[in-house]
Amino acid sequence: MDQLLNDFSPGLFIMQMVILLILLFLLAKFAWKPIMASLTEREEGIQNALDAAEEAKKEMQNLQADNDRLLKEARAERDAMLKEAREIKDNIVAEAKEEAQEQAAIMIENAKATIKQEQQAAVAELKKKVADLSIGIAETVVKKELASQDDQLKLVEGMLEEVTLN
Amino acid sequence: MIAKNSIKFLTVLAIVFSSFTAFAGGGGSSDKGEQVKTPEQINAYIKHHLADSHDFALYSYTNDAGERKHVGFPLPVIVWTSKGLKTFMSSAFHHNDDGTVIVDKGDVKLVKIHSKIYELNEGATTVAFDETHHATNAHKVLDFSVTKSVFGMLLAGLLMFLGFGSLAKSYKKGAIPTGVGRVLEPLVLYVRDEIARPNIGEKKYKKFMPYLLTVFFFIWILNLMGLTPLGFNVTGQIAVTVCLALFTLVVYITSGTKDFWAHTLWMPGVPKILRPILAVIELVGFILIKPFSLLVRLFANITAGHFVVMSLIALMITLKAQFGAVASTGISLLLTLFISVIEILVAFLQAFIFTMLSALFIGMAVEEHEHDHAH
Repeated sequence: MDQLLNDFSPGLFIMQMVILLILLFLLAKFAWKPIMASLTEREEGIQNALDAAEEAKKEMQNLQADNDRLLKEARAERDAMLKEAREIKDNIVAEAKEEAQEQAAIMIENAKATIKQEQQAAVAELKKKVADLSIGIAETVVKKELASQDDQLKLVEGMLEEVTLN
Repeated sequence: MIAKNSIKFLTVLAIVFSSFTAFAGGGGSSDKGEQVKTPEQINAYIKHHLADSHDFALYSYTNDAGERKHVGFPLPVIVWTSKGLKTFMSSAFHHNDDGTVIVDKGDVKLVKIHSKIYELNEGATTVAFDETHHATNAHKVLDFSVTKSVFGMLLAGLLMFLGFGSLAKSYKKGAIPTGVGRVLEPLVLYVRDEIARPNIGEKKYKKFMPYLLTVFFFIWILNLMGLTPLGFNVTGQIAVTVCLALFTLVVYITSGTKDFWAHTLWMPGVPKILRPILAVIELVGFILIKPFSLLVRLFANITAGHFVVMSLIALMITLKAQFGAVASTGISLLLTLFISVIEILVAFLQAFIFTMLSALFIGMAVEEHEHDHAH
């Protein structure tokens, strides 16, 4: 201990203190501060770049998912549209058929009505002709009544024969 | 650019070193200058090396004429004496270390004894020693000299400033450092992520980074410089480690939170009678024991390391008689190599432990307790 105390040089101690203080000051100002700042800056830069890459990756995944979703939706929509079209087609065909049937039924009905009318008209005309004939016969009979009874009978008979032949 | 700078720097260093080799003092009269042969001389030599030195000696040899030549360069001596500030080059002592060479600065006479500069008392012309080899008619002066340790610190500071300055500058060109910064950046990150963050906490570590980084690299570079043949022993100087530990103390005492002081001085959740006793224990722990452990650990490890390496090198001399020159050199070389590799590890380890413990103590001081009954 005595040796140590004897070896201790106050002058060296003071010199060391001054040198260390100056060194500390100079290095802190010109070396450590810029170095630490640059290191921090660089590390932050690397961290930011990594974060950005991670972000981009996530974004890509999101985009991919979005794409998939859109594709699926489009496919579903297409299917729905096809289905709808098919339904519409079926509907139209069915409607057309129904309408045609209805139309046909109406036409048949009309035809039937026309035929009936024609028939009635024909019957009416026949009746009229028969009446005309009857009148004619009656006229002729009435005209010949004055000549002879025999002749009258003969005429009626003859005429009736004619009519029946008709 | 950076490589060019370092080359320039090394060139300047080499020129400085070589230009002073001419400084080969003729005064080879002292015992330290002689060739080292006996175990006592080896011991003295090691002790001399472990102490701070006022000149930068690279090596010494005896030339053909039998003269002792010292290769190195003198460093400025700056002392505060009773007659004011005195400055001169250490070459004035002519490598003398036992107080026989007296430097007369007009009104004061200065001598150097065991790497310390003494001022002779008024009227004395030579140093008188008592039986324990303490000078009786001289007293120590406040020594602000640029000693070998101060020179080492300045060198380490310059290296740090150049290295980390270039790292800081290289970030202006791009996020990835170039040149020497590429080596230094992982070390900075290591201190930040392995030392500061886990010990201080994510929220507050930033404020203490400059201190921790400075201390870590300062200690590490000085430890490594101590392993070079230049023979620095800066972190093995008790004054240096005391100063470093004191810095840590000041940092964590001044940054202590209210919570920390509350827990230190008046521990909640403990019987009231025990609280003052705990406060004393905690205070002694924080103000004395923790810094003391810091300073002693660093000092002792580095000193011991130097001591072991030098003792193993000295085996070359001590084993020469038994095994012959070649075998003793071989043994010494092998063991020294082995210990040196461990010392490189220790150099890092001690810097790491010092910084780590500093961070740990700071972490304790700035910790916020979530609730009062956490204990």
